[in-house]
Amino acid sequence: MAGRFSEYSEKVLKIFKNPANVGVIKDPDAWSFISDPTRGVTMELFLKLDGAIISDARFRASGCGATIATTSAITEMLRGKTPEQALEITDADLSQALELSERKHYVAELGMELIAASIEDYRKRNA
Amino acid sequence: MKRIYLDYAATTPLHPEVFKAMKPYLLENFGNPSTLYSYGQEARQAVENSRGKIAGLIHAKPEEIVFTSGGTEANNLAIKGVAQALGKEGNHIITCAIEHHSVLGPCQALENRGFAVTYLPVNEYGQVNPENVGNAITQNTILISIMHANNEIGTLQPVAEIGRLARQKGIYFHTDAVQTFGHIPVDVEDLGVDLLSASAHKIYGPKGVGALYIREGVKLEPLIDGGEQEDRRRAGTENVPGITGFGRAVELAEADMPGEAQRLTELRNRFIKGLQATIEDIHLNGHPSARLPGNVNVSINYVEGEAVCLNLDLENICAATGSACTTGSVEPSHVVLALGKNRQLAHGSVRFTMGKWTTGADIDRVKQALPGIVARLRSMSPLYRQDRH
Repeated sequence: MAGRFSEYSEKVLKIFKNPANVGVIKDPDAWSFISDPTRGVTMELFLKLDGAIISDARFRASGCGATIATTSAITEMLRGKTPEQALEITDADLSQALELSERKHYVAELGMELIAASIEDYRKRNA
Repeated sequence: MKRIYLDYAATTPLHPEVFKAMKPYLLENFGNPSTLYSYGQEARQAVENSRGKIAGLIHAKPEEIVFTSGGTEANNLAIKGVAQALGKEGNHIITCAIEHHSVLGPCQALENRGFAVTYLPVNEYGQVNPENVGNAITQNTILISIMHANNEIGTLQPVAEIGRLARQKGIYFHTDAVQTFGHIPVDVEDLGVDLLSASAHKIYGPKGVGALYIREGVKLEPLIDGGEQEDRRRAGTENVPGITGFGRAVELAEADMPGEAQRLTELRNRFIKGLQATIEDIHLNGHPSARLPGNVNVSINYVEGEAVCLNLDLENICAATGSACTTGSVEPSHVVLALGKNRQLAHGSVRFTMGKWTTGADIDRVKQALPGIVARLRSMSPLYRQDRH
């Protein structure tokens, strides 16, 4: 039952306290949802595109501090990118951006899956 | 903002009186109790005084108390020590699914060495059915180990009933009493136990010292070989300051026990009622009345316990969670899952444990802070909206 908050970087704590882009987009151009019930992680991502550019990104998430911070950070990273550029974001990029510990690296992996699933959804809608 | 500590089940602050009792044995009375000159004999006297106090609290004989480095070592010594001594007579051990890791760990280690272990299930409140214990006994059973109270959910086990059963069958019975020793009455005769583990730092004593009660005549092999300390049951120079502090902590606990147990029980019940009145979809984990006086454990649906505790920490409130995120394991609390709750609820478990310095005002502050934290996390949670549509 021991707490391990000290493993969180200042970046994670700052975003966790005040996450950006919480919410939903009605009629999104892309949507993804991933869930890992064993780890207690759920992430949901909504994207709006203006031409080929992601103009808006919003999220909802349930999980640990790293989960909420990472999903929020993803929405910030995706804005202004094309779907192709979005897919170039790796788990290592997310881990590095949030200074996640090795133990929390799985959150970055789930985040990368979330991005990939949203772009896949976008492509299906536009196929 | 004043820091509110609500994790007394994890550890307690050292009582200033305990520190005062320990100090001379850290500085001037530094002797080794095994030596013959006066320095050593003063230390010996301090160790034996503490042994007497600990034995007195649980109605045992002083020679039935062996000092250890803590609760974990006491549990290991009880389980592995009996297994080693009786391994030729049988290879079966009975325990339960919600034991502390310091009981489950030694049991699993023994399984790897060819022992068979039965992990009994618990009911929705976390209690073992004594009938199941009876049914699990085989000709090969050499030890039953069932905790007195659970560290996460606070549920008290029907230890006395299991003790009677064990006595009838002539099987050794161990109980991990780390959470009850010094908090509620513990009597080795009433409970019918042959072995009982206790720890100092759960009762305002120092970390790094515990004790195992070993009923006279119980066969047990030591884990640590070396010198002749502790009647050859635990080698190594005694932790004299720690043991002295343990003895003083027991003295203080004994004096405080009736009033403190009553005060904490009232505080606990008020706390639970308050949380249930202000937060919807909140579930009490553990037994409503057969539980430790200072334990409140709730599962808050649609949120993750670590996120709740992190938010509480930002408000200077220290609480614990059974969520996997904080323990380093993948699965959430084995205890909450064993109650039959799903993973989502297990991840949403939060434990508040109160103690000597917890006040009604502290609890009021948590009751004020928590609904807002839960509402904020739920507003972010896709699960919350989904289930409610």
